[in-house]
Formats: sequence, C-alpha cells, structure tokens
Amino acid sequence: MLIGHQPKPFLLSVEALTVSFDGFKAVNDLSFYVDENEIRVIIGPNGAGKTTVLDLICGKTKATSGSIHFRDKDLTKMKENQIVQAGVGRKFQTPSIYDDLTVFENLEISYPRGRTVFGALTFTRDAVVRDRVEEVAEIIFLKDRLNMSAELLSHGQKQWLEIGMLLIQDPELLMLDEPVAGMSVSERVKTAELLNRIIEDRSVLVIEHDMKFVEDIAHKVTVLHQGQILSEGSMEHVKNDPKVIEVYLGH
Amino acid sequence: MIDNPRFANRSELIGILVLAVLLVVILPLCLDVFRLNLVAKYLTYAFVALGLVICWGYGGILSLGQGVFFGLGGYCMAMFLKLEASSPENTKIQSTPGIPDFMDWNQITQLPFFWKPFHSLSFTIAAVILVPAFFAFIIGAAMFKRRVGGTYFAIITQAVAAILTILIVGQQGYTGGINGMTDLRTLKGWDIRPDHAKVVLYFFEVACLFGCIFIAQFIRHSKLGRILVAMREKEDRVRFSGYSVANFKIFAFCIAAIFAAIGGAMFALNVGFMSPSFVGIVPSIEMVIYTAVGGRLSILGAIYGTLLVNFAKTSLSESFPELWLFGLGGLFIAVVLAFPNGLAGIWGDYIQPQLNRLMPSGKSGSGPKAGWHDSSVADGAPAE
Amino acid sequence: MFGEYSIGDLGSIFVMQGFAGLILFSVYVLMALGLAIIFGQMGVINMAHGEFMILGAYVTWMTSNFFQTYLPNLFSGYFFLAMILAFIASGALGMLVEWGLIRHLYRRPLDTLLATWGLSLILQQAYRSIFGAREVGVELPQWMLGSMHVTDNIEVPINGVFVMGLTVLITVAVAYIMYKSRWGRQVRAVVQNRVMAGAVGINTEKVDRYTFALGCGIAGVAGSAFTMIGSTGPTSGQLYIVDTFLVVVFGGAASLLGTIASAFSISQTQSTLEFFMSGSMAKVLTLLAVVGILMLRPQGLFALKVRK
Repeated sequence: MLIGHQPKPFLLSVEALTVSFDGFKAVNDLSFYVDENEIRVIIGPNGAGKTTVLDLICGKTKATSGSIHFRDKDLTKMKENQIVQAGVGRKFQTPSIYDDLTVFENLEISYPRGRTVFGALTFTRDAVVRDRVEEVAEIIFLKDRLNMSAELLSHGQKQWLEIGMLLIQDPELLMLDEPVAGMSVSERVKTAELLNRIIEDRSVLVIEHDMKFVEDIAHKVTVLHQGQILSEGSMEHVKNDPKVIEVYLGH
Repeated sequence: MIDNPRFANRSELIGILVLAVLLVVILPLCLDVFRLNLVAKYLTYAFVALGLVICWGYGGILSLGQGVFFGLGGYCMAMFLKLEASSPENTKIQSTPGIPDFMDWNQITQLPFFWKPFHSLSFTIAAVILVPAFFAFIIGAAMFKRRVGGTYFAIITQAVAAILTILIVGQQGYTGGINGMTDLRTLKGWDIRPDHAKVVLYFFEVACLFGCIFIAQFIRHSKLGRILVAMREKEDRVRFSGYSVANFKIFAFCIAAIFAAIGGAMFALNVGFMSPSFVGIVPSIEMVIYTAVGGRLSILGAIYGTLLVNFAKTSLSESFPELWLFGLGGLFIAVVLAFPNGLAGIWGDYIQPQLNRLMPSGKSGSGPKAGWHDSSVADGAPAE
Repeated sequence: MFGEYSIGDLGSIFVMQGFAGLILFSVYVLMALGLAIIFGQMGVINMAHGEFMILGAYVTWMTSNFFQTYLPNLFSGYFFLAMILAFIASGALGMLVEWGLIRHLYRRPLDTLLATWGLSLILQQAYRSIFGAREVGVELPQWMLGSMHVTDNIEVPINGVFVMGLTVLITVAVAYIMYKSRWGRQVRAVVQNRVMAGAVGINTEKVDRYTFALGCGIAGVAGSAFTMIGSTGPTSGQLYIVDTFLVVVFGGAASLLGTIASAFSISQTQSTLEFFMSGSMAKVLTLLAVVGILMLRPQGLFALKVRK
C-alpha cells in the first residue's frame, strides 16, 4: 500500500482507519485520500461515523488502528495542538467560541503566533495582528462588533466568528462539521457565500446534510455507512449508486 | 481603539494606587507596631490568595494544597534563619553545639546534608522560589498532561498537603516537628525581632507584594491571561486553536506556587517562626476562602479579601472564639451561593455604578473590562 | 530486625497486623460507601461527609447513655437501635443539606466542595458547643468485650469482628440497592443521562435528594460502627476525609467493587508498613504510593470505559 507515496502525493491519506468503542466499530477499515485544493464532502445517515472521522483526523479521538498521513506527518501520533500547528483546522458542529472574551480577543487567540507559554506572555498586539483581525472581521461581517463580548452574538454570528477563527489560523486542510446547520435562511445564504470564500486555496473536508449546498461546492463526495465507505465519486455518480439509494430510501 | 495595556488600565491603576496608599501610608500611621506586624502576617497569606487568582480564578484550577508551597517557601527561609540562630556560640549548652536545638533534642549529632546549603542566603532565596516551582511542575505535569483537572486535582493536592504535614510532624529531628522552627533571630547579623526591624520588614514585604501584583497584572493583560480565561471556558477549543492546554495550566500552577512560597518566606521573616500548622489541609483551604471572598477574578480583591477575613478572624476569635468557626463556615457557604465573585463582584455590581452616577465624568466600566466581572463563574470541570 | 522472633511468632504478628488492617479496612469501606454513592453517582464532593459520620457516632453515644440510664436490662441490644437512629439522623440532615445547599450547585463541583467545607466547619463547632470539645467513648455491652483466641498466639477482639461483619452486611445492602432495586436503576439512569431520565418520567430532583440522603445515612451508620473501635470528638470526622476521598478516587469513582478493592489495598499497605516503621511514615508512604499511582493512572483501579 504505497498509494500515498506516488509521484503526486495526496495532502491527506487515511488508510485502514479503525476505531472501536468497547467493541463497537464506529469507523471500520476506512481508507480515503484528499488532494491538494480538493473540496470533499462526507455524507451519510446518522451514526455513520462522519463526525468520528473528523475527530480522528484532528486528534480528539485516538484511532484503534490504521494511519492518517497529512503530507509526511502521521497525525495519529500527534497531539491536538500539534495537529493544528501542522495546518489542520476544525470547526465544530455547535458554535465553539469563547463567550467570556470579546470578538477581537477571540480572533486574536486564533492568530497563529505566540502559541507557547512564553510566546503568549510576550505576545504584543502590534499593527500586523490588528490589521489581520480587522481584515478577517470584515470578511465575517463582524467588523463593527469587535469590542462586543462574544456571548452577546446571535447563533449565526457565533458560527461566523468560529469560521473567522479558523480563517485567521489559515489552515491547509479545513474541516467543517455541518457549517450551515441551525441557521435561518438569510444567514444560510450569507454563510454559503462566506464558505465559498474561505475554501479557496486550500483543501476542505465538509460534513453536510444540505444537498443543495453539497452539490454547489463538492468536487468529490464520500458516502459513509456504518463506519465504512458505501460509495465515492462525483455527486452525479453517488446519487445514482443503487447502494446509496438503498441506504437512504430503502427502509 | 483596541488598546492593550501591558500592566493595567486606568481604573486598575487607580485601584493599585489606593491600595498602595492604604498599605504604605495609612496603616503604618494608624497602627502600633504590634498591629502592623499582624497586618504583615495577614499579607503573607495575600501572596497565596494572589496566586490563587491566577490559577483558580483565571485558570479554573482549584488547588487545595497551596499550604504546601507556602510551607516549602517558609521552611526554606526558616532553615536559613535557624542555622544563623544556631551558631556554636548561641548553642554551646547543647551536647552538639552548632546545630539547631531541635536536632540536638532528637539526638542528631551532625547537620543533615540537605541542611548544609542553607548556610548561604543566595541559595536560600533561590530555593524559596525553585523548590516549590519544581514540585508544582512535577504535580502539574503529571496531572495536566493526563488531562486530570477539577475535583480530582483538588483532591490530589489536598492529599499532598496531608502528606507533607504528616512528614514534617513525623520527622521532628529534621524539621522541628509539630512545634516547627522557632526562635529565629537574625538575618545576616541583623536582628529581626525588635520593633524597628518589624517595621522595615513590613515595608519590604509590601514592596514584594506589589512586585507580585505587577507580575499578576502583566500575566492578566498578556495573551496568556486571555488564553487562561478561554481555557477555563472551553478547554477543547483552545487545543484546536493550537495551544498545549497542559503547558498553560502548569505555568499557572507554578506561578501560584511561587507566589505562595514567597508568602511563606515572608511569614518566616515577619512572624519569626514556621510550623506545620500552616502547611496542612485546613490552612490550605482557608487560603482559598480569602481569594473567594475577595473575588476569584480580582487581583486586588484577593488582597482585600485576605485582610478582611483575617481581621474578622482575629477580632472574632479574641472576643467570641465559638462564633468564629460558625462565621467562617457561613462565609464559605455565602460566598459560594450568593456572591460567587466576592467583594470585587459586589463592588462592580453595586458600588461602582453608584460612583459613576455621582461622577458622570469618570469612565464607566464598559468594554472588555466588564466582561471580566460579569463572566459566569465556570468550574474547571474534569476533562475525562 | 526479625532476629528475635521465631517463624511462628512472625506468622502471628503478620496475622494480627493483617487483622488491624482489616479493621481500618472496615472503617474505610463504611465511610467510602456513602462517599462513593454521593461522589461516584452524583459527582458531588461532600467535604462534610466526616461530620455526617460523626453525627452517627454521637447519636450512638446518646442512645447508649439513654439505655444505660433508663433501660439497663436492654443495654446489650442498644446498638441495633442506635444504628437505625444514626441512619435516620444523618440521612435527614443530608436531605436538608441537599435541599438547602447542594441542589443549587450541581453544575459547579468545585464550589460544592467549598460550600460543604464551610458546612463541615459549622457542624464541627456545633458538636463542640453541644457535646463539648472532649472526645467521648461509648460503653460497649458485655458480649462485645474481650477477644477470641484463634491459636495460642493469635487473638482477635470481638468488637473488631463485629464491625467487620457489619461492614459486609452494609456493603451487600448497598450493592443490592444500587444494582438490583428499581430505585438503584433510577439513580443510575439519572447519572447517565439526566435529561433523558427526566423525560421518561423519573423525578430527578427526588432521586438526587434521596441519593444524597442515602449516602449521608450510610455515613451515619459508619459513625455508629466507628464508636465500637474508637472514641468520638468534634473533629474526628476530618481525620478520615482525605483518606476516604483517596479510597474512592483510587478505586475508580463509579465502581463499588473498586472502592472495596482500594480500601483493602490501602488499609493493608498501611498496617503492614506500620510494623516496619513509625505510624506517620507508614501513612506518608501509603499516601505517596496512592497519589503516585493516581498520577500515572488517574482513572483509578476500576474505571468505567465510556464513549465520549
């Protein structure tokens, strides 16, 4: 199995990945590969193991066996913060921001500088940081709310703030877990626009149920079912795959 | 627009000035030497309370073993002073002159090896800071790297306090046992017992305290301070912003330990002895209440909380010893149930708005600062 | 150091020392059972647990005095009534405390710890004001005095055997309540998923209150048993609280079997070490070992594997 080391290497190679919780295999012998600048969408019924796959890649859950290579690094052997520093960013399903801090401080904390203890102690809020934070705040429609405590934001604004926190991190691989769930129609439109902007120039791994959204952005779709790949390919291919139809409409 | 002061914003600066006037001018002018020395004793606990603001208030790590670090710092200092007080001339009536009296009483004839370096003052000062920091690092690294926090951490630190107390009491030949190290006399030949020395030591202690306050302010206003707050709230998210949560917790715990140790060393100097009754579980948890009363998120509140609780303790236990434990117990419950942000919270919620109404020109406590006080008090829940 | 003893003597010493460890084990188990229910099931740190135990001890002491004065004929049986009264008294106080204090703090475990510490100070001072600062001892009925001769060298005190028997009985009862009764299932349901348990019709508030009361009641019984082997003072409870928390944590907080296993290993280690060195050093080494192991294995001896 040297697929990951062929002339044009993949950005992310997941090989024979398995995780078992007390015997229950949430992800079972899963392999897939993501190219540079590819936008991959993972779909599948509830309990298929989609979120678990993201948890495994970002180090939140430890794999039972198998490997996850990000460029030449084996992510299964790294800690969460090291994985982030290697260039993998993750957005969680529910907005995960710091309520006690202001919008500015939320973004500043995500700025990739001064991540060690002493780096954080000596970190200065210089013009570079300030400009970058303001630039990102502009993109996520929160420019006039920089001094606001983050807990006062609306649900949609919190989602945007978290996307902004990822953006300022500038990851090479961005993982998004249901980025438009729980949003109003107008927020959804704005978010889609936002996502289309931030997925430029990087690889993206998205979990999403909104098929319209998936069709719009996906280069390639992976269908998960019971921890295994049911089907993989273009949206057109997947939609017409009898196995997929069976799982989604069969019962 | 978004200013980021290195040490303090305007209202904090005023607060520090007010405290400085109180400690440097008002108290020394109003109190006799005996009472001033009492304040000096209380202020040694304020160092511990200050450390707890960083570690517990900001970091969400509740240590019930701060007495350990207070004790380590205090005992390091006391060992130096005790050796100086045990010169061969002072101890010529002993069967082995030149060693501390309690060793002589316990039939020890030679100074134990770990006592020897404490002949040197510079070694002692280094030890006061490094020994507790080292222990805190070991405990912190072991626990935080394994993502143990919250109540488990509290119980473990409490057990450490119990262990150290039993050890000190049990090994009386090396430590002075339950009585501790008493009869400390001179510092480099300078007598620390007379009134004028006590006044000098008081001012020295206040200077050190302000040093620690500035360090705490610096941490609080650095990005590290904001990361601590973020961590207390959403530990996982901080990890996924690329920070090693364990390292930041270890740092906060070590800082708290160092502050406590400086307090302990000041105690040995100002009060003139050190004993295991300041090491164990009961004093450790009492030190937590000082911070809680002052407001666990307030650096200056910790100092006022310490002074207030101790004044109450002294005056109540002088007149109604029975009432004191009821009062202290009630204080624990009241602070937790009704005033989770302590005096600082009461100040921010009730008194400051009144002041602002009286003086409309004054800057109101809006912006980022309000977030610090209004923040819901979150416990550092165990990660697993 | 063994030179002066024969092999037979040494054997007896180890048996006697082991027996002393068993009594310590009983005290640990009795205290830890209540704590394991409250901490393990509810996640509440009750620092006043020792004071609930001492309440049971004082109730036992009062009952014994009452019988001595008014019902001397029935004195030999007072203990059984005392145990029930101790359970009721501590349980009732527990219920009151849950209602007035604990239920406001379920989401703030560290604050619960501070508040219950405050409660323990108040209770200690209350005991001191009511019963005096001096330790009180309970008069044992005739049949509990003396010891049983197992061999020429080995004799075991009857009160110790009685306390151990009691421990076994209470442990079995707790295991039955927690794992076999309908109520125990409700408690575990609430622990695992509070919202869901509420949704299927379990009164979660009531379950919380009774669970806390049960834990405190068992502490009362522990105090009752404690009077058989030691005297009681206002601060006696505090002496055991840290040890007991270590027992519970070391065992793996949610596991009854773990609690018993850890109480056994800690008490046996300590009493065996006491033979080789001073009591304080034995305690230091035991606690150090426990803390050391907990640092390496924070989940304790018997941890539940949970999918997070």
